[in-house]
Amino acid sequence: MTVPTTWPDGTTTMAADAGTGAIVLWVVLPYISLAVFVLGHIWRYRYDKFGWTTRSSELYEKRLLRIGSPLFHFGILVVLIGHVIGLLIPDSWTGAAGITETQYHVVAVTLGTVAGVCTLGGIAILIYRRRTVGPVFSATTRNDKVMYVSLTLTIALGLAATVDANIVEGGYNYRETISPWFRSIFYVQPDPGLMSAAPVLYKLHALSALVLFALWPFTRLVHMLTAPLGYLTRPYIVYRSRDPRLGNRPPRRGWERVG
Amino acid sequence: MRVMAQMAMVMNLDKCIGCHTCSVTCKQAWTNRTGVEYVWFNNVETRPGQGYPRRYEDQGTWRGGWELNKRGRLSLKAGGRFKKLITIFSNPVLPSLDDYYQPWTYDYETLTNAPLQDHTPVARPKSLITGKDMKISWSANWDDDLGGSALHGDQDVVLGEISEKIKLEFEQTFMFYLPRICEHCLNPSCAASCPSGAIYKRSEDGIVLVDQDRCRGWRMCVTGCPYKKVYFNHRTGKAEKCTFCFPRVEVGLPTVCSETCVGRLRYIGLVLYDADKVLEAASTPNDTDLYEAQRSVLLDPDDPHVIAEAERAGIPRDWIEAAQRSPVHALINKYKVALPLHPEYRTMPMVWYVPPLSPVVDAVRDTGQDAEDHRNLFAAVDALRIPVSYLAELFTAGDPAPVDAVLRRLAAMRSYMRDINLGREPDAAIPEQVGMGEEQMYDMYRLLALAKYDERYVIPPAHAEQAHNLEELATECSLDYEGGPGMGGSGPFGEASGGAAPVAVENFHALRDRQRSDTSAAPVDKETRVNLLNWDGKGAPPGLFPPQAGTPGDDKAVDGGGEVEPKP
Repeated sequence: MTVPTTWPDGTTTMAADAGTGAIVLWVVLPYISLAVFVLGHIWRYRYDKFGWTTRSSELYEKRLLRIGSPLFHFGILVVLIGHVIGLLIPDSWTGAAGITETQYHVVAVTLGTVAGVCTLGGIAILIYRRRTVGPVFSATTRNDKVMYVSLTLTIALGLAATVDANIVEGGYNYRETISPWFRSIFYVQPDPGLMSAAPVLYKLHALSALVLFALWPFTRLVHMLTAPLGYLTRPYIVYRSRDPRLGNRPPRRGWERVG
Repeated sequence: MRVMAQMAMVMNLDKCIGCHTCSVTCKQAWTNRTGVEYVWFNNVETRPGQGYPRRYEDQGTWRGGWELNKRGRLSLKAGGRFKKLITIFSNPVLPSLDDYYQPWTYDYETLTNAPLQDHTPVARPKSLITGKDMKISWSANWDDDLGGSALHGDQDVVLGEISEKIKLEFEQTFMFYLPRICEHCLNPSCAASCPSGAIYKRSEDGIVLVDQDRCRGWRMCVTGCPYKKVYFNHRTGKAEKCTFCFPRVEVGLPTVCSETCVGRLRYIGLVLYDADKVLEAASTPNDTDLYEAQRSVLLDPDDPHVIAEAERAGIPRDWIEAAQRSPVHALINKYKVALPLHPEYRTMPMVWYVPPLSPVVDAVRDTGQDAEDHRNLFAAVDALRIPVSYLAELFTAGDPAPVDAVLRRLAAMRSYMRDINLGREPDAAIPEQVGMGEEQMYDMYRLLALAKYDERYVIPPAHAEQAHNLEELATECSLDYEGGPGMGGSGPFGEASGGAAPVAVENFHALRDRQRSDTSAAPVDKETRVNLLNWDGKGAPPGLFPPQAGTPGDDKAVDGGGEVEPKP
């Protein structure tokens, strides 16, 4: 990659200047993670529709779930919206809309911290429940455990980065480094140099998120992609004709039914 | 008018002896897997009793079914689309496992590998959920035969609806069994509650099914169903429910619960209904008018206009004919003795019940009066408000009039038929008092008391034209429908042509031939082909041995070759 990038301080670097380590971490890894995420979901949807479920454990235990699950899920939805705004919308756009950097920052940090604490608290309750309630624990697979570690680590690092940079250190504008790097991946002009300059907690958060995305299609997290928003518009009663096809895959060419 | 066909069931509660054979065979067929240990697609409840899951009829708690909102429009009791999505992360009204029961097994191994000791080793109950020792305190039929009703008899939701005095009296006097399966409703609230749209109603036969590939385990259907007949498989994380044994029904076989019913109290048949009128009927303002509204949605399959519309809607001719012969249609609309279970849930249930007359008959008999006399029975139906109001809470949203009418019809039939059975002159006045003709009364008696297998189960087999699309017939020769050139004999190109018959179909025909014939080995009126797998070793079916030249042995074969009593 030899695309020149203009840094906030006015200097210009090339991706190639960033060093091998940075390229592996901030160019190779994101693309691998993205590819696994997309292809993994396609594969899973084609071959494991039956396994595509929330695997709810509400039948076993309700009291803790009633608190933990909404806390976690609503928290993470706010976090998701925050990430979409923070990573996808460039600095200049909000500036053009008349929002000053300070205003943006205060709102983002406050909302982000509150949502992050809710999410982390929610997942803490859920993990405590998973470990202490017998039936829930015995229904926990190794896959679930790996997913929980990866998810919790990502959330904790994200919250730590926000708290550390903004409250302890006095503010870090990720919209000048991390956000452009994130977008550059989707422009197919990745600039690892931007990320190399970010604080270490942000780096760790991004790395753990990349690992989480690569694991995503193979865990129960897939339920997120089939969030039932279609329910708001579909008719209440679904009529369907008998499925003429057997199984959930089309027959191979030459093996179709005739007559 | 948009005519649709619905596979429906009627159960005659007078005949249910509470043997649980239906539940057991259903469980063996469908839910003997991990994850659904606690699930009974078919269960038999003793009434009065709490039912399964406990107090499922208490919609104040469980929020199942539909209700009319302030504007008089039909809405889900547990909340509409938006509320469902908001509460999706933790369904607030999902029954917990304890509301069903903790499934268990016994530690049988200790019985065989315990060391020698003074005391006999004991197989302790172990929870199938936690794997730990447990104390069994409830199950799907823990209050069977009113067991323990002194402790928790007052937990019956229906009893709660009727007055205190009646309550106590009822518990001491009456009991009957209520077998329940999924109602395969015309207006299924489980399907409406499913955020993923995985639950659907089959447009051909109205069977309500869960698409296991689309279900994401949001659990809203469990709440949505007021009969609590959708279950969550805690192993696969998917909802499961009664399938009306669709693989069997598609090939013309009755469901497992019906096939194995000892009392032969179940009837299966088609009804035609007007899909355009369902919503209107379900929105009937008064709960007590719902029974009539539901009946009015069903169409008369003999009406030429209905037939024309059904044909236009693509319902095959033999399905229309099956609807005309349907015992379900006869019991619901011709004789008007079948009632829907809890019509006030507004789901338009399609498993109907003939309410039991036996509590009334028993009460009359206990007084020393003639319990077969229609005057005594009529008077008792009038006087015994207790069973009537209880039954009304179950079947007509509390309106005693329809239950009253049904019980009178049943009582009249009993009394009218007694005269015939005793060789006395039948009294035409008896059927007249309940608004029926003599012939109609006799037909009703035939259907309720004598009906054979093929009269109780009028199931048009899966469609010959669509045969290749169907589960079991998929590989079948299309000439192999009943009575077709491929059935019960040679295929068009000789004995083995057309591929193998599906096992279920072969067994069905073999079984049916045996049940209908006087001989056990081979039906005399059928073209004979010996299937050694179906031959139980009794007698020598014709065709087993080649005819011997010169001996008149063929005669013997013709007279059935069936059961040959051992000669002394």
